Amino acid sequence: MTLDAKIPDGPLEKKWDTHRFNLKLVNPSNKRKYHIIVVGTGLAGASAAASLAELGYRVTSLCYHESPRRAHSIAAQGGINAPKNYPNDDDSIWRLFYDTVKGGDFRAREANVYRLAQVSGSIIDQCVAQGVPFAREYGGLLDNRSFGGAQVSRTFYARGQTGQQLLLGAYSALSRQIHKGQVKFYDRRDMMDLVVIDGQARGVIVRNMINGELETYIGDAVILATGGYGNVFYLSTNAKQSNATAIWRAHKKGAFFANPCFTQIHPTCIPLASEHQSKLTLMSESLRNDGRIWVPKQKGDKRSPKDIPMEERDYYLERLYPSFGNLVPRDVASRRAKEVCDQGRGVGSTGLAVYLDFADAIARNGKQWVEEKYGNLFDMYQRITGENAYQTPMRIYPAVHYTMGGLWVDYNLMSTIPGMFVLGEANFSDHGANRLGASALMQGLADGYFVIPYTIGDYLATNKFKPVKEDHEAFTESKKAISEKTEQLMSAQGKRTVDDLHKELGKILWEHVGMARNEAGLKKAISMITALRKQFWSDVRIPGKANDLNPELEKAHRVADFMELGEMIARDALHREESCGCHLREEYQTDENEAKRNDKKFAYVAAWEFGGTGKAPKLHKEALKFENVHLTQRSYK
Amino acid sequence: MNFTLKVWRQKNRNSEGRFESYTATNITPDMSFLEMLDAVNHDLVEKNQEPIAFDHDCREGICGSCGMFIKGRAHGPQKGGAACQLHMRSFVDGDLITVEPFRAQAFPVIKDLIIDRTAFDRIMQAGGFVSVNTGGVPDANAIPIPKTIADEAFSAAACIGCGACVAACKNASASLFVAAKVSQLALLPQGQQERKERVEAMLAQMDKEGFGSCSNTYACEAECPKEISVSNIARMNREYLKAALG
Repeated sequence: MTLDAKIPDGPLEKKWDTHRFNLKLVNPSNKRKYHIIVVGTGLAGASAAASLAELGYRVTSLCYHESPRRAHSIAAQGGINAPKNYPNDDDSIWRLFYDTVKGGDFRAREANVYRLAQVSGSIIDQCVAQGVPFAREYGGLLDNRSFGGAQVSRTFYARGQTGQQLLLGAYSALSRQIHKGQVKFYDRRDMMDLVVIDGQARGVIVRNMINGELETYIGDAVILATGGYGNVFYLSTNAKQSNATAIWRAHKKGAFFANPCFTQIHPTCIPLASEHQSKLTLMSESLRNDGRIWVPKQKGDKRSPKDIPMEERDYYLERLYPSFGNLVPRDVASRRAKEVCDQGRGVGSTGLAVYLDFADAIARNGKQWVEEKYGNLFDMYQRITGENAYQTPMRIYPAVHYTMGGLWVDYNLMSTIPGMFVLGEANFSDHGANRLGASALMQGLADGYFVIPYTIGDYLATNKFKPVKEDHEAFTESKKAISEKTEQLMSAQGKRTVDDLHKELGKILWEHVGMARNEAGLKKAISMITALRKQFWSDVRIPGKANDLNPELEKAHRVADFMELGEMIARDALHREESCGCHLREEYQTDENEAKRNDKKFAYVAAWEFGGTGKAPKLHKEALKFENVHLTQRSYK
Repeated sequence: MNFTLKVWRQKNRNSEGRFESYTATNITPDMSFLEMLDAVNHDLVEKNQEPIAFDHDCREGICGSCGMFIKGRAHGPQKGGAACQLHMRSFVDGDLITVEPFRAQAFPVIKDLIIDRTAFDRIMQAGGFVSVNTGGVPDANAIPIPKTIADEAFSAAACIGCGACVAACKNASASLFVAAKVSQLALLPQGQQERKERVEAMLAQMDKEGFGSCSNTYACEAECPKEISVSNIARMNREYLKAALG
């Protein structure tokens, strides 16, 4: 199979408009004849389900939460980018496009990124029309702030709760369609499998999480908007339930998985305090606007930060990158934090932290100013650490946050399975090897509000759909396979809890497939994961019953998939013999320890085809063509 | 630290529940309340007993999944936080801690500490939106909104839909939850067109779901993890009155 990204011809600026004109339409009265299943209700899923229902399609929306509003998009803090140029600092679609391609270290498709930049302005308009209370200036107009990897202020925000407000906006649009009966919504349903009939995605099997029953949903197309897979590391900033099961099971049904090793480690998280910790908490990147990052110049300097004089501090980001300073992209900030900690200059009891200091901002603008801008983040920090960051610098350390990799999709957001579309973090499309801050909300909503409503119409208009019923053998076989898997998990009756096994997987990945990777470590990780997976199936213990609300069983299904996905991440990282963005191979660095790409050999998307559990997946390459930007060594100096 | 827990266990919606006692040992002050429950559950699984089921997800106080009464208070003994943001340093070593689900007729228990709050979704579906379709909306800056109004709307919109207000209220009223949304949209120019219909539809659905009435005890505001002000209820009542007067 050769991968066809279906990127339209013509100049970059015209591609999307030309493409939209060429897409076939479904006439308004025919739309009600089509039935679309949307799995997930985060920004991408909720916006897609609402927008498609508004057009007249019949939509089934499914999520594993109790309510659509609990999806993890709700936790995004910082903001959403759009090149409105309201601050008059010379922003433009082109500049956002360029920053994003460069920030992603030239491993994203030009055409996708340009489209994203083009539609991002409409997202802000849409959200404001819904009543999203963005931050405003005294004159009543919208306020912007700056984020990493950009030298303009293009980030719209709603205090430190932008994701919440945007999700509640999409949720309100979805709620309106549920009320109208145009969307049928089912809560507490966990997707267990994708069903493909005659080469088309035609439905899903879900587990009703209250009674354990397997249910069938049939449609003419399936949209997965099920988020990223950062929880494969066990500790991450993701919500506890965030998982890869929907995309992984679709992968096993034929959807290629692209760039799995591109996992983002976010620089500003609250450091790990102890072994029992269940998750890590992000502090918004916006803090880097006014907070200054430093460590002591001397190794092992255990003095309290206030006793370390200015000349004995190393503001290493400002020193290394004078033009971007503390606002370098996430991958760079994380790598440098690890580097200073590895040198023994880390702070706090574990030595795995750096300071993020607001003393200068407070001296310059006053405590009240800082409080107004970041108050909720300071409160959150105090709640978790018990420390007052107005008086002593915050301690931060990188943590797994976002996955740029995901299911491969073409320009229409369709996977390699016809009729299965993938939106938001679940796909791989727009961020290359590193995502810039405030771009995830932008991409999720772009996919849901402004891309899928057009592209899915073309698929529906140009394909024929045989009527299928629940008793079709594809559904019964899928249900049987899931039941067998459940039975196998329940009957193992081993000695270890799901969480124990998951933690062990996470440690392997963090150590060998985390912020810095090398050949020996990756090979070791693959063999360790293979052994652990075997142990998982024989040694897991799940109490209770399968036909009941059983959180241990829910977790076990998810961790079973992480055990397979983890191996693929390591394999992808091993095969990519270059450094790019967040993927740092220690063997490939510049003299200044920056990521050293190999554009000759690796300027492609690595799309993996499932080869069977424990067997090597097959690599397919989608070459990346850069016709509009010049490939350079990223420089933020 | 060590604790004795009295936890509500209930097999399902139709069965009767009861309190059971557990001990939580080797707990450290920096553990969150949910991490303490994780530790208790770990021990239960090792003993091949069913762990305590509870709703949780983001564990940073924003998803609104937490729905438990801890030591007699919604989200436990703290101000302005959800149960996941409560740390064991808030307790004294040896404490007896009672844990039960939020209680309200409109929030039936599904299992143990997991409750069904879909009544909230149905209230939102009745009117908690601005009727705009995707596309064809004006430029964002074409709708100027004074900063003070935008900030006030944001403060109401910060509601996480956890239901602590209902659980804390002796009448199990959902007034603060409904008022937060009514207030947000009544303050903003975008919400003006459907102002009358919205408040009527949402309040009608609230009554239908079996929530009680507001009798101004302010318990909701005291227990709200987002500290949403009861002044929103006053605004909602004014909106409702205005709607009724035509």
